[in-house]
Amino acid sequence: MSNDPGLYDYIPYNRRPRITWPNGAKIAVWVAPNIEFYEFTPPPNPQRTPWARPLPDVLAYSHRDYGNRVGWWRMMEAMDDAGFRGSVSLNVALCDHHPEIIEACAKRDWEFFSHGIYNTRYTYGMSPDQERAIIEDSIETIRKWTGQKLSGWLAPALSNNTWTMDLLAEYGVDYTCDLFHDDQPMPVNVKSGRLISMPYSLEMNDVIVYNTNLYSPRHYGEAIKRQFDQLREEGETSGTVMCIPLHPYLVGQPHRIDPFAEALRYIAQHDDVWLATGREIAEHFYAHSYDPMVKAIEAVRA
Amino acid sequence: MPLADDYLKYPARRHGMDHDRYQWSHLFDRKKVVWPNGARIALWVMPALQWFPIDMTGKPFRAPGGLTMPFPDYRHYTNRDYGNRVGIYRILKVLRDRGLPASIAVNGIIAERYPLLLKDLVEAGHEIVGHGLDMEHVHHSGLSDAAEEDLVSRTLALLRDASGQAVTGWLSPGRAQSHATPDILSRNGVTYACDWANDDLPYEMKTSGNPIFAMPHAFETDDRTVMMDFHHSEDSWAQQVKDRFDVLYRETDRYGGRVMSIPLHAWVSGVPYRVGYLREVLDYILGHEGVWTATGADILMAFRAQA
Repeated sequence: MSNDPGLYDYIPYNRRPRITWPNGAKIAVWVAPNIEFYEFTPPPNPQRTPWARPLPDVLAYSHRDYGNRVGWWRMMEAMDDAGFRGSVSLNVALCDHHPEIIEACAKRDWEFFSHGIYNTRYTYGMSPDQERAIIEDSIETIRKWTGQKLSGWLAPALSNNTWTMDLLAEYGVDYTCDLFHDDQPMPVNVKSGRLISMPYSLEMNDVIVYNTNLYSPRHYGEAIKRQFDQLREEGETSGTVMCIPLHPYLVGQPHRIDPFAEALRYIAQHDDVWLATGREIAEHFYAHSYDPMVKAIEAVRA
Repeated sequence: MPLADDYLKYPARRHGMDHDRYQWSHLFDRKKVVWPNGARIALWVMPALQWFPIDMTGKPFRAPGGLTMPFPDYRHYTNRDYGNRVGIYRILKVLRDRGLPASIAVNGIIAERYPLLLKDLVEAGHEIVGHGLDMEHVHHSGLSDAAEEDLVSRTLALLRDASGQAVTGWLSPGRAQSHATPDILSRNGVTYACDWANDDLPYEMKTSGNPIFAMPHAFETDDRTVMMDFHHSEDSWAQQVKDRFDVLYRETDRYGGRVMSIPLHAWVSGVPYRVGYLREVLDYILGHEGVWTATGADILMAFRAQA
């Protein structure tokens, strides 16, 4: 086993071909709400216990359920008001449980990509064929409920295997959100086909911000604005990507929504920002920057 | 060896929830709730009185605030018990000065240990809510139904005897339940429980007997969660509670009445340097038109009358 994941090659920030975005935008900003379903009594997985307490963990379960009963609507209103479409990181079983939510997102022309079947079903311990089955289920479920092609992937609860990226490329998935090594899209080394990493950001993720970094709601709003200011400035040199990954059960709480909504308005008031979806960013990158970036990486390697 | 193929089977993948306790519904799509006198917000203050036994095992899991040091953990035992001796009296004064009713969640054993405290709560006119026997006895599915039923009925008997009240509200220690808890609560005359954190309004929960109602009990602006778990300052706690209120208040324009719950712990908010922030938060809220100050039982009665 190698001590390097082998997924990408080193290319430093200052030695890359220039990335451009539509209409001369300096920065592409995408918002990725994780619309998730956590099961009440999920089956055990040998490597990860879904809930901290013995089943049923009604507090943790109901906290997540808040997102689907309440929080998603507040989050969506904040995004509508600022003019953001979402790219939904979707536990695809949610289409069956709460099609009403899917319909509201689809009506707004949001993108849907896969975050596995349930957030309580991990890929740890799966064989490649079992993992193929969840990719096929995702492709089919998203097509059936939304008519969309599956373009992106965020592993369920970020559970990966060493072959996962190869499988995604094999099924024609365009981008993965599981790699956090960059502020620009980057080619991912896969056995066949092509795959890119889409900047998704742990640091901007509300779960990490609120529950790991223990930031207050207002601190989160400030962090979003500063992250944007810096990446926009750097976008003068070469286009950057900023992602705001969300969880409606967290950001959709009444004491958190306003500072978040204000940060979105702040971003949207700039005229050199591209408010995009993950798929749109990936398509633009493949069309204009993928080949030059691969060449530049080869040059560095040589 | 790969996972069993059952791991890729999803027997509860269907419309609505993956269990039968309640129906899925969307807060912003429901009939508008109207509170008495056209109030926008039901303000519901709920301090908890908790006793953590010195021989606490913390098994199968420790309720938040539970003892963590080697036996005898005097520091945490006494710090928590401070709430029952001193902290609650500070909070009671804040409530009295503002003429505010409250629901007070009380571990059943406190009625036996500190009858004077119960007497004071009742004389002040507050609603007593069952809060389990004590903070060691968490409810979980490793308990037999009979053992859990015993915990619930003992707790309620202690509190009902000491208070002379019906005691129809419930908050489990650590907000933890077994699969059977709602059924057991219903059988024992409980009409509402505050454990589930998935809504901003009451909703009906199915049981083997009469339905009970899940009451919205703010999880993440709870004083202990914000100041002890998140380590935010008391100033930030006050800001977050006010921000929560502002959003709920604003929503009443379009979506009908809301519940603003303020869960407190006597051993957290009753500390001298923190209690001023409780005064600040309450005065801020009470400075608005259309705030109905109520107990959990009042809120449930008004809610059920229009359901």
